[in-house]
Amino acid sequence: MKAILRFLFALSSLVVALPATAALNVFACEPEWTALAQELGGDKVSIYSATTALQDPHRIEARPSLIARIRSADLLICSGSELEIGWIPLLLTQSGNSKIQLGSPGYFEASQHVARLEIPKVIDRALGDMHPGGNPHVHTDPRNIARIAPALMERMSELDPANAESYRSRGRSFLERWQAAIARWEQQATPLKGVPVVVYHKDFSYFINWTGMREVGSLEPKPGIPPTPSHLAELIDQMKRAPAKVIVYSPYSNPQAAEFLSSRANIPAVMVPFTVGGTDKAKDLFGLFDDTIARLLGAVK
Amino acid sequence: MHRKATVTLAVAAAFGLPHAATAQTQDELRTLREQVRQLDRRVTDAEQAAIQASSRPTGENAMNPAVSVILNGIYSNLSQDPNAFRINGFVPTLGEVGPGVRGLSLGESELALAANIDHNFRGTLIASISPEDSIGVEEGYIQTLSLSYGFTVKAGRFFSGVGYQNQIHAHAWDFTDAPLANKVFLGSQLNEDGIQLKWVAPTDTYFDVGVEVGRGRQFPAAAGPAGPRNKNGVSSGTLFAHVGGDLGTGTAWQTGVSYLGTSPQDRSFEDPAGKTNSFTGQSRLWVLDGILKWAPNYNPTYTNLKLQGEYFRRKEDGDLTSGAAAQTGGFASVQSGWYLQSVYQFVPMWRVGYRYDRLNSGTASFSAPLNAADFPILAAYNPTRHTVMADWSPSEFSRVRLQFASDKSRSDVTDKQVFLQYIVSLGAHGAHKF
Repeated sequence: MKAILRFLFALSSLVVALPATAALNVFACEPEWTALAQELGGDKVSIYSATTALQDPHRIEARPSLIARIRSADLLICSGSELEIGWIPLLLTQSGNSKIQLGSPGYFEASQHVARLEIPKVIDRALGDMHPGGNPHVHTDPRNIARIAPALMERMSELDPANAESYRSRGRSFLERWQAAIARWEQQATPLKGVPVVVYHKDFSYFINWTGMREVGSLEPKPGIPPTPSHLAELIDQMKRAPAKVIVYSPYSNPQAAEFLSSRANIPAVMVPFTVGGTDKAKDLFGLFDDTIARLLGAVK
Repeated sequence: MHRKATVTLAVAAAFGLPHAATAQTQDELRTLREQVRQLDRRVTDAEQAAIQASSRPTGENAMNPAVSVILNGIYSNLSQDPNAFRINGFVPTLGEVGPGVRGLSLGESELALAANIDHNFRGTLIASISPEDSIGVEEGYIQTLSLSYGFTVKAGRFFSGVGYQNQIHAHAWDFTDAPLANKVFLGSQLNEDGIQLKWVAPTDTYFDVGVEVGRGRQFPAAAGPAGPRNKNGVSSGTLFAHVGGDLGTGTAWQTGVSYLGTSPQDRSFEDPAGKTNSFTGQSRLWVLDGILKWAPNYNPTYTNLKLQGEYFRRKEDGDLTSGAAAQTGGFASVQSGWYLQSVYQFVPMWRVGYRYDRLNSGTASFSAPLNAADFPILAAYNPTRHTVMADWSPSEFSRVRLQFASDKSRSDVTDKQVFLQYIVSLGAHGAHKF
């Protein structure tokens, strides 16, 4: 017993002695927040991206490597609104890290800083996997990024006051470029207004709301429930009566159902990057929207 | 308004009245600017209000703890009488090791409550309601949130960190029942009253070490009417360490070693002959465990594979009192066992799995005046079991499973077992350990 305590003590003193490699260790739940933290933090932060664009952020294993990374994080950035409820609470209790627990300054939920869509009036599991706080995929509207960026910038400055000036000036520069880009995208996306679209999962609602597209159906019969043959048959019928112009799906969802509907209803199916890294061109947040709009315009032409 | 101004401008330009137009339009422009400013303010206010309205604190269920209920029911078809179940070659643990009852039955229902108590602690209570109408505390513990440097302390009753499978709740098991090794070495599942200290290293590769001290309320520290030892201090101790990480673009792994040391006193067990024997001495258990999970790009939604195995080795030595001969003598044994199981999700919702169990009873040594013949249950025998299962999970909250097993726990017969089971969870969204 004594030997164990001595061993633990020796290990813990080792920890204290470890040099900090960067001022702020960031654990980003999704790639869009990795990209945003990178824009604001530059070389003042070291960011670990917990997931990639090829993973469904609803269903992530609380892998040992994630526990190892969250243990040393100073700042946790997640979408929130119950998106990560299947894995983040577990990582938090296993982390042994008080800095990033719920309610600490190191806990940042992006969706808390924007107006959320699709807040359910009725909450019942019979309606599928629900998010009582509203749709969590807020990053698909660039105006939301513009609202989240200042809040994140302030949070980073609070946690790392020594570099606050750097975060703020980088933040201002980013927002300037971002607002200009939004104006450009809105111009480019004009033809998308009113275009009827079928989605795979309700992860594209903010983009649809921003561009004025019209969601007419989803491949999932209910949120979080994979497409079923009977539901696809219904969709095909519906498309015969009132055809959509495009079917969108994300890199993490299986393209089969989208391609099936596409071939039967003769409507183009488009994989949109959904988040940073989802396609080769979506290298950063700017590329994400450039490529998304370009792909959709290509399909509805 | 805007259009009117434009028209005025156009008309002014067309009629070549620059002076009059300038005066008039500047006036109008000023009014317009003021109106735009006011509009802008109203839009900003409305946006702020919308954000306020849509953001609610995302605590678990506002102030109430997160509540969830697990229900499960089972149909069992057993070729051998479950009342005569025993695992030959091993000391009976008095835990729930049998295959349950025949026919239709309700499984154990679970009620779980969990919440952050304050900024320092999190509390969890998991009550199990048995189909025989009794309520037990499966887990009831507090856990620290505010310790730093990777430390976490747990206190109360919790599933011991010995091995891998032991910490997983029955509803999250990949098979209907526990591996044979868990049954004979840990009485199916060891939940200890005690304290656990765990430390996670600040390395990119996952590494943890932990220590538990406990009351020894269950097998192997205690079993039978004598119950836990009546003493101050500690009756059981556990040490464990795990390493884990990622491999390539879709494989996650973890391996661990753990040790459970106890000194049972008058730990009793009944031989099939009906005589009660008791053991006093030292019991040391070593466990090696490994788990590997694969999913393409770490996205387990469509397909994934899980491989899990554990090896147990236990050394016991001390005094054994024979109920049949009413004599006490020296006893020593080295026993081991392992299992390896794999579960594969080949399409969304559907999984299949196979498990192989094997135990090695070794040869117990008895010193005079004891005689091996006085302990027929401990006669050397190596039980084995093959299990296959298929399950269907239409959502994250429900699962239906069909399982077949050929169980050679008993030295004289093979039990052909069929289980058809449903497991569902209601309420708060669960999060399952790796």
